[in-house]
Amino acid sequence: MWKWLHPWAKAEKAYQLCGRLSPWFGIICLGLLVTGSVWGLLFAPPDYQQGESVRIIYIHVPASILSMGAYAAMTIAAFIALVWQIKMSELYIIAVAPIGIGFTLIALLTGAAWGKPMWGTWWVWDARLTSELILLFIYIGILALYNAFEDKNTAGKAVSIFTLVGSINLPIIHYSVVWWNTLHQGATVSKMGKPSMEMSMYWPLLMNIIGFGFLLAYLGCVRMQNQILLREKHRPWVKKMVMEGDNHAV
Amino acid sequence: MNPRRKQRLYLTLLGVVGFSLIIGLILYSAGQNMDLFYTPSEIVNGKNETGIKPKVGERLRIGGLVVEGSVRRDEESLDVSFDLMDSGPIITVTYTGILPDLFREGQGIIAQGHLTSANEIKAFEVLAKHDEEYMSPEVAEAVKGIKHVKSDYSKTSDNTKG
Repeated sequence: MWKWLHPWAKAEKAYQLCGRLSPWFGIICLGLLVTGSVWGLLFAPPDYQQGESVRIIYIHVPASILSMGAYAAMTIAAFIALVWQIKMSELYIIAVAPIGIGFTLIALLTGAAWGKPMWGTWWVWDARLTSELILLFIYIGILALYNAFEDKNTAGKAVSIFTLVGSINLPIIHYSVVWWNTLHQGATVSKMGKPSMEMSMYWPLLMNIIGFGFLLAYLGCVRMQNQILLREKHRPWVKKMVMEGDNHAV
Repeated sequence: MNPRRKQRLYLTLLGVVGFSLIIGLILYSAGQNMDLFYTPSEIVNGKNETGIKPKVGERLRIGGLVVEGSVRRDEESLDVSFDLMDSGPIITVTYTGILPDLFREGQGIIAQGHLTSANEIKAFEVLAKHDEEYMSPEVAEAVKGIKHVKSDYSKTSDNTKG
């Protein structure tokens, strides 16, 4: 049933697929992010309580959602890597982890910049903020663990297990505002039914969320290509590609 | 699926489920200890499940809505006091300093300080909590009837604006 998927598990095919997809992801990402950001930062209305400060939402929320989205993708890859033992999905974990770090950092920093004027503090140890910080540490841990092993096959396996174990943090981040009293407010976008937000603010936010999604896809493809080349640098197909010269190199 | 792969699948699933269960139980037992703040009724009546009340002198956080008309400002200093409530009991908070921009009557806030008597807190930090609803001023006025005038609680002492 899944036979058509099998060729993509090979390094060379995966490399070519990433190369073919990434420009499209890049273009869509650029279009969405530029439109969404300009709309959100310049033309969307200010909030009735927070005034202009609310505009941080157009960066903060997409980065936060995709910091978890990146981890969700890594979790799926880790599961596949453990059960079906496909090398490519181990590489994918390592390809995405630094992107996740970037998104998490953006989420934490913009959150702090938003919290200071609105809440009155940069940081508070409530469940939402703390669990997001733990996510950052898990990402860093994954990279550190991968680089700690000389043998990359062992490293890939260890990283897969660690990623899977760390995924328990995702539902905790998401439901932290429901399960406990927190300073952070509840969910706006992913609330059941209608989002509790005016449509003129919701659309640019949605565009930026999807735009960040395509940014993740784009950077993921580019980094995946790098990881494949690094791991396979002594293989004939890589040598052949390099020999053939610039017409193949991206 | 070949048997070895199937075995790995079950093992992995078992591991994930088992680990989730462990974390779930830990969080469940931590329960309300992971709450950032007490609500006013929890200070008066005790926590819902454990019934534990904070002791006088204890350092804690309280979160609730500022009662309409309860904000009293000192004319000479930055001293301010206001009442907090959630569903019933009212706790009075005193504070010296500048309140956050979002502080207003009816607003949810979180104060950190020491319990000075059964229903009084001397706060050294006041944070404003906002909800997950975002809308433009025009819509807020139409939907909620909120005409946003900043710091309308200072009406009681007119000379603060000069």
